[in-house]
Amino acid sequence: MKNTPPQPLITVTNLTMAYDSFVLQRDLNFTIQRGDIFVIMGNSGCGKSTLLRHMIGLKEPAAGTIHFRDADFWAASEGQRSQIMRRCGILYQSSALLSSMTLAENVALPLRQHTTLAPDEIADLVSLKLRLVGLAGFDGFYPSEISGGMKKRAGLARAIALDPEILFFDEPSAGLDPISARLLDDLILELRDSLGATIVIVTHELASIFAIGSDSIFLDADSHTMIAQGAPQALLASTTNRKVKQFLTRGGSV
Amino acid sequence: MERRGTVEAEKKESDLCLHFKGQWIIGSAFPTFIEIKALFSGSIDSISFDTKELQDWDSRFLIVLSDIKNHATLNTLLFVADGLPAGVQRLLTLASASPERPPFKPEDRNQSFLETVGSKTSHLIEDSRDILSFTGTITLSYLRLFSGKAQFLRSDFLYFLEECGPMALPIVSLISVLVGVILAFVGAVQLQMFGAEIYIANLVGLGMTREMGAMMAAIIMAGRTGAAFAAQLGTMQVNEEVDALQTMGIDPTDFLVLPRLSALLLMMPLLALWADLLGIGGGFIIARLTLDISMVEYYNQTIAAVTLRHFGVGLFKAIIFGYLVAFSGCLRGMQCGRSASAVGNAATSAVVTAIVLIVVSDAVMTVIFNILHI
Repeated sequence: MKNTPPQPLITVTNLTMAYDSFVLQRDLNFTIQRGDIFVIMGNSGCGKSTLLRHMIGLKEPAAGTIHFRDADFWAASEGQRSQIMRRCGILYQSSALLSSMTLAENVALPLRQHTTLAPDEIADLVSLKLRLVGLAGFDGFYPSEISGGMKKRAGLARAIALDPEILFFDEPSAGLDPISARLLDDLILELRDSLGATIVIVTHELASIFAIGSDSIFLDADSHTMIAQGAPQALLASTTNRKVKQFLTRGGSV
Repeated sequence: MERRGTVEAEKKESDLCLHFKGQWIIGSAFPTFIEIKALFSGSIDSISFDTKELQDWDSRFLIVLSDIKNHATLNTLLFVADGLPAGVQRLLTLASASPERPPFKPEDRNQSFLETVGSKTSHLIEDSRDILSFTGTITLSYLRLFSGKAQFLRSDFLYFLEECGPMALPIVSLISVLVGVILAFVGAVQLQMFGAEIYIANLVGLGMTREMGAMMAAIIMAGRTGAAFAAQLGTMQVNEEVDALQTMGIDPTDFLVLPRLSALLLMMPLLALWADLLGIGGGFIIARLTLDISMVEYYNQTIAAVTLRHFGVGLFKAIIFGYLVAFSGCLRGMQCGRSASAVGNAATSAVVTAIVLIVVSDAVMTVIFNILHI
């Protein structure tokens, strides 16, 4: 958690994603720098979430490579891959909290799996994480007993349980009211700054994209590849591509 | 190399400065808060920090610090955070600012024995009421159906007919042949002692047609189709599909329950009949192999023993069982909660309910038929 000069953390080279013979996206090339808040955007069905699934080890690329620092993620052995994944935290679209466990047990799960800490030390960490996301005192609640926004934050607490280097978010503000979404954005920024984590975020929430994104790519569903890359604000000012402009202005001035 | 973190206390007038050094992370060894507290000696007004030699930190460092901060607040000491890394300061603020309070206490999950008995009992009463009210709902649905007002998809109905009938044949066949074999084996040993081997045909024939054919088919269908009904309807509850039907002005019971229930009601007697025949066949295999009874003998004996009346009893039971299986599946599915685990519970509960109802109703019917000499 010390400051180091910018360096490529994730490098994606010539990535092709396909479901059987259906090619979703091809020739994706981009680099995520340390400390970035990297936004993956695009219209519904263009493969944003699928790209995320490739980066977190849930789906193997049809072609191309994904490097974490110098390690080729998909060429690595199962054990090495799980070592890399240990340094990643993931917040799923629907929070994906295990419904049979309390919030505290949910957050404790990765700690129990990956560390040799004693139960009382784990309990301390869990209560800290829940406090960080503003859920102090909710330890004994089950996911079905709290609201959607709280579930998102509990999912975030689980994602940061192991102090990850990289945080992946899939549609973090989906299903939240604007104020909760804004608070979640603030929390993400705050955690990025204080934990020194790199953040990869899949979203089509314009407000979030402009508020927090420091770099981005735009995936296009028709041409099956990325058609723009850069900081969202700069992209809005400079892009000449009609689709990207339309997307960033909510279909407004073209 | 073992990673470790250390701390040294330095007292300047009334200020205590803690010098953190080394690695304060998960997996490294460092002093606990209790050990650090022992350093707070004498009268001090404030605690400050020096982290120039701190190499690495993570959440465990935060825990130690928030303990120190708590201690400072309790003893009205000044907590001077300036010497801490910026990230740590911000996280400490974030952790102590917790606007939200639980709206209610999660209910106490450690119930005493008496409480458990009480809640189970009241749950049982509620459940019986649900069963009755669902029976009423279904009756009303059928009334609507016969007066031509209920609507469901013909394709749905045909699909469930296929699902409950032809698709279930292989497993029903296998089980009923084996049940016939088992009945024959059990009987063979006993009947041989009296030299009454030929009555094996009566035993298997009556056993299959009156009891086992319908019963085994029903139990298979409870596991196969009843559970599937509960899971389908439960998933539709979770996805709010049932709500959607209701708001579109379509009665969910008409649309979802009627095709399933009707299909199983129609198919169950046919399956039972098929199970009867295969069971008798299974009995014959054993009679032929172990008792050396010829096919004609076995056939004649069976025809003489099993009359249409016995088939009637079995088929009547099959209709009742079919209703109970579909009823339990649909009931548990429609009652299903809104989470993934609720769907699993609904499927399990559907099978258990169906089997309990099948066996209880079978016992009742057997006693009644016996009294009526049917």
